[in-house]
Amino acid sequence: MPVNTSAIGKTFAPGTYAVGREKVKEFANAVGETNPLHLDHEAARAAGYDDVVAPPMFAVVFISQTMTPTLFDPEVGMNFAMMVHGGQKFTWARPIVAGEEITTHVSVKDITEKDGKGFYVYETISKDESGETVVTGEWTFLVRGV
Amino acid sequence: MATFEQGAAIPELKVTPDRFLPVRYAGASGDFNPIHTDKEYATMVGLPSTILHGLWSMAQVARAVTDAAGGPANIESLEVQFRGMGFPEKEITVSGTVREAGEVATLDVVAEQDGKQIIRNAVATVKNG
Repeated sequence: MPVNTSAIGKTFAPGTYAVGREKVKEFANAVGETNPLHLDHEAARAAGYDDVVAPPMFAVVFISQTMTPTLFDPEVGMNFAMMVHGGQKFTWARPIVAGEEITTHVSVKDITEKDGKGFYVYETISKDESGETVVTGEWTFLVRGV
Repeated sequence: MATFEQGAAIPELKVTPDRFLPVRYAGASGDFNPIHTDKEYATMVGLPSTILHGLWSMAQVARAVTDAAGGPANIESLEVQFRGMGFPEKEITVSGTVREAGEVATLDVVAEQDGKQIIRNAVATVKNG
């Protein structure tokens, strides 16, 4: 059965995430960060930041809150039982610091089929309060047996 | 900021996730897919055991790259492909080399566990100076 490509270009309602100091520290500890910029707000301030610096991969936290529900969109129609995360790209403009609010815009960039697998590519654009893009993400999900 | 030269290796990062790491990462990241935390569920869907979150493994690659680059302000991009599965309680080694060194350096990075690549074809760009 061919994949349904009608959702290509679809955009979803943006969502805003408030980056908190303790959440940054929790995430930094979970991924094994040892750089005090992520763990100690005094060290971060001494280095010129307003508060602890989110590790680059903290993008997962503020993007997922907005993106995850869109993966279940019926028009996209991914079969979750057969889905794996196939690839991931992030581009960072600058570090994000606790106290910021980040708004993420989600869209379906591409849906293709190859060798019986569906490739669903989502694009996320995360912006700071002044509207500047701070992180872009390209998320590739692979669904077997489409 | 660090200085990268073409062909040089970045320092290896070795990490052994403990048995409960996926539980902590689930809480920290918000990804509660039970294949990472519930052995019964994982084996029911055909996996050998609970598996690591791919994005946690990607975070190990990001950590090796930002540590080599002199901090989180110096990483510009990271692209990875997830292959195979990573497991708790087994050591992971992240290694990389400098492909190109201009104003921005391009690094090729992999993460291996038990001789198998769990992150392959990872490409990072970092500030070089």
